[in-house]
Amino acid sequence: MKYIVRKAFWDYEKEEKWLNEMSAKGLALTDYSWCRYVFEETPQSEYTYRIELLENLPTHAESIAYIKFLEESGIEYVSSYMRWIYIRKKSSDGVFDIYSDADSKIKHYKRVNTLWSTLMWSDFAIGLSNIITGVKDVDKTNIWNSLKHINLFSGIFLVIVGLLFFRLGSPIRKKIRKLQQEKIISE
Amino acid sequence: MNYLAENTEIGALTEAVFYILLSLYSPMHGYGIMQNIRELSDERVNLGAGTLYGAINTLLERNWIRLLNREKGSRRKEYEITELGKSIVKAEIKRLEELLENGKKIAGGANQ
Repeated sequence: MKYIVRKAFWDYEKEEKWLNEMSAKGLALTDYSWCRYVFEETPQSEYTYRIELLENLPTHAESIAYIKFLEESGIEYVSSYMRWIYIRKKSSDGVFDIYSDADSKIKHYKRVNTLWSTLMWSDFAIGLSNIITGVKDVDKTNIWNSLKHINLFSGIFLVIVGLLFFRLGSPIRKKIRKLQQEKIISE
Repeated sequence: MNYLAENTEIGALTEAVFYILLSLYSPMHGYGIMQNIRELSDERVNLGAGTLYGAINTLLERNWIRLLNREKGSRRKEYEITELGKSIVKAEIKRLEELLENGKKIAGGANQ
């Protein structure tokens, strides 16, 4: 029996937590496409799920080699979205973490932070240029002509989305700082 | 920076790297390394697959370990420590012995 859940997450770590809560209830993710999760019934807590951002798309030779390596160590590749992969391991195999030391954790968090920052800056750049064009085009004879304001509104919208990406990156940056601090005294 | 200069500047190895190098005194594939480290450390060290993958690639680049020529039919990549890798391990053991000796001398053993 398949269950389809439509849900959106901003924060991949919350998403990961949710997938593991679903797994604890006996619903294991088998496929993901944009905001659409497909689950199948399994014994409770059969799998532990992890979400990872790869350096390249999963179809890239380096990603293929990496995924093959994961599979050789008992990890199952479940699904992917852009550069994100969804992987799982049998919970009976013990603790499942992709990264076990500060350096590799920092490296992954930095990759995620770069993604959100890139999206943030491109939203800001396009948004602000739309706002500037919009302000120049404002029809002073008919201020309520909304069609003429489309640049302005889409610009404001993009800037707001950019701010959301900023907020999304902020806890990641905090975690990077914390790990770097810990690294001073322990590995 | 030349290669030799780089080698003399190696600081403490991470626990993961030290155990990976030790594991590869006999040829092993990735999953074997993870299991071996878990056993060696009495389940204390659980190496993440992503961490291991990154470490293997760095160690290959530095020539501390090498990829074995695979026999036909075997799917998994096997690795083995190189002579350079062994000398790194020896140097690390020397460093650890110094730490241990001083630790015992000043703070007493772990059970005192």
